[in-house]
Amino acid sequence: MLLNIGRLKVLSLMAALLLVSACESTPDGSSGSANSSGSRMGGKNGAGIESGALKNPNAKPGSVEDFVDNVGDRVWFGFDSAEVNEEGRATLDKQAAWLNEYSSVSITVEGHCDERGTREYNLALGQKRASSVKKYLIAAGVPASRVETVSYGKERPEATGSSEETWAQNRRGVSVIK
Amino acid sequence: MQPILRFLLICGLVLISHQAFAQKLRIDITQGVVEPIPIAITKMGGSDAVSARVGQDISKVIAQDLERSGLFKAIDPNSFVQDATSAHAAPRFPDWRVINAQGLVTGTVSPQGDGRLRVEFRLWDVFAEQQMNGMAYFTVPQNWRRIAHIVADAIYKRITGEEGYFDTRIVYISESGAENRRAKRLAIMDQDGENHRFLTDGRALILTPRFSPTLQEITYLAYYNNKPRVYLFNIDSGRQEVLGDFPGMTFAPRFSPDGKKVVFSLIEDGGDSNIFAMDLRTRRTNRLTNHPSINTAPSYSPDGSQVTFESDRGSSQQIYVMSSEGANPHRISFGSGRYGTPVWSPRGDLIAFTKQEGGQFYIGVMRPDGSGERLITQAFHAEGPTWAPNGRVLMFFKERPGSGGKTARLYSIDITGHNEREIVTPLDGSDPAWSPLIP
Repeated sequence: MLLNIGRLKVLSLMAALLLVSACESTPDGSSGSANSSGSRMGGKNGAGIESGALKNPNAKPGSVEDFVDNVGDRVWFGFDSAEVNEEGRATLDKQAAWLNEYSSVSITVEGHCDERGTREYNLALGQKRASSVKKYLIAAGVPASRVETVSYGKERPEATGSSEETWAQNRRGVSVIK
Repeated sequence: MQPILRFLLICGLVLISHQAFAQKLRIDITQGVVEPIPIAITKMGGSDAVSARVGQDISKVIAQDLERSGLFKAIDPNSFVQDATSAHAAPRFPDWRVINAQGLVTGTVSPQGDGRLRVEFRLWDVFAEQQMNGMAYFTVPQNWRRIAHIVADAIYKRITGEEGYFDTRIVYISESGAENRRAKRLAIMDQDGENHRFLTDGRALILTPRFSPTLQEITYLAYYNNKPRVYLFNIDSGRQEVLGDFPGMTFAPRFSPDGKKVVFSLIEDGGDSNIFAMDLRTRRTNRLTNHPSINTAPSYSPDGSQVTFESDRGSSQQIYVMSSEGANPHRISFGSGRYGTPVWSPRGDLIAFTKQEGGQFYIGVMRPDGSGERLITQAFHAEGPTWAPNGRVLMFFKERPGSGGKTARLYSIDITGHNEREIVTPLDGSDPAWSPLIP
């Protein structure tokens, strides 16, 4: 698998996040967790995680960096699924808490798919993923007016190459601060 | 039948009667495997330098068109016995039989007083010793390629009994740049890849272009300001307009066969996609599906009475058919795996689709009732069939992973599964859409 600099950064970031949340995550990390269903996840939920360590203590609170690094801007989905799994729900709980704290911030949730689907179907599936994230955030108290959605289908992969790992990384919902 | 057998058989029968062969030069393209018919295409003569050059170019393009169809084999001109000019006046059929030509194409190009050229061609049945077709066309010299395609269509039609597809264009997505921020531009070209030009600059992501039956308009999905919406584009004027004013994403557009409507998917609250049709004159929108699931990739039957589409309403992606008003949606794909991108043949007899099973992609066809499924090509990733206007040839794209990144290329294939060929494009290509015959 070829890695470019930008992705290395993202991957090391993910790795760091995984260290932080190791008590509840599967050992195969971000890509494996994207495959997992909620039922695989056990363990305690993360009061300890929240107070554990800031991934990026230099990020200004309320900034984009703070959101991306210290909260986590994305969740992953299983193959052909738009269901937010347990790990994703933990991330979205943190996103909602952050968004409720910084109430002037609005986001666009981008829904993405892996390359193993047809064009139109993936556009529809990407939208279902983005909408799943939005629904969860609204249920967690974020006003609907602050959350937009957009689907990119399989058009904007995060990881390149054709393997189960890259496909798992690409099946994602990303909350982008506007 | 082997050519030599056919040759001997025909020679034997020729002794009995020439008359019996009036219809002999004929290909039944509904058969699975067809041995290419040897055809001699002479250089069209011209009385001055311009018309001589145009004549030569036209003959070359006719030969390329016919060869690419897989149904014809152009005989090497070096083996011709009779010269082109005298052959056009009166073929000496034994001279053409001796090089095993079954068909003979002759022609002339002559300049007219008004700057136009007159292009005349004749198609001869060598064994029946008869002229099968003869036509004359007048056009400006720059138009020579279209004349060549029109002549190739006339030959194809005369010999196969089916409409041709050479005088057509392809609109598709030209791809370039890194996989994770791919530039995707709208591009158009002749069906053989010539006369290529870009219609958009690549700043906005463009997907799934489709021709209007009138050929003046294209509909597609574009991400302007990161808002994915269906657009209409007028090729002649270059004018682009968004289709309707919808709060959510609109996508997967396709014209109705009469060009008066566009059918498309609309994202509704909650993230489901349903199918709607907009009347382009009244701008009134009609709902065709109402189901909390994915409903997309709609395509009309050629008579406009039905729409095929894909849906995951039954849990996995499958193909459905409903009336053009949305009545009686019923599933038609029941093989193993997932089925998507259904496209109704212009002949009405088949629906082409993309199938995914066991980590592989397939392009296939089935009858509109779901029977007679036939897979015609298989690849790591093959997707998005589009029909030639005669319903005998499909174009689609293939993606291949590679060390230098993923590649995407266009291919055409006969619905028999034979004669798969790449359509060479300047950059990578995907999402092809075949035009109707140019009027």
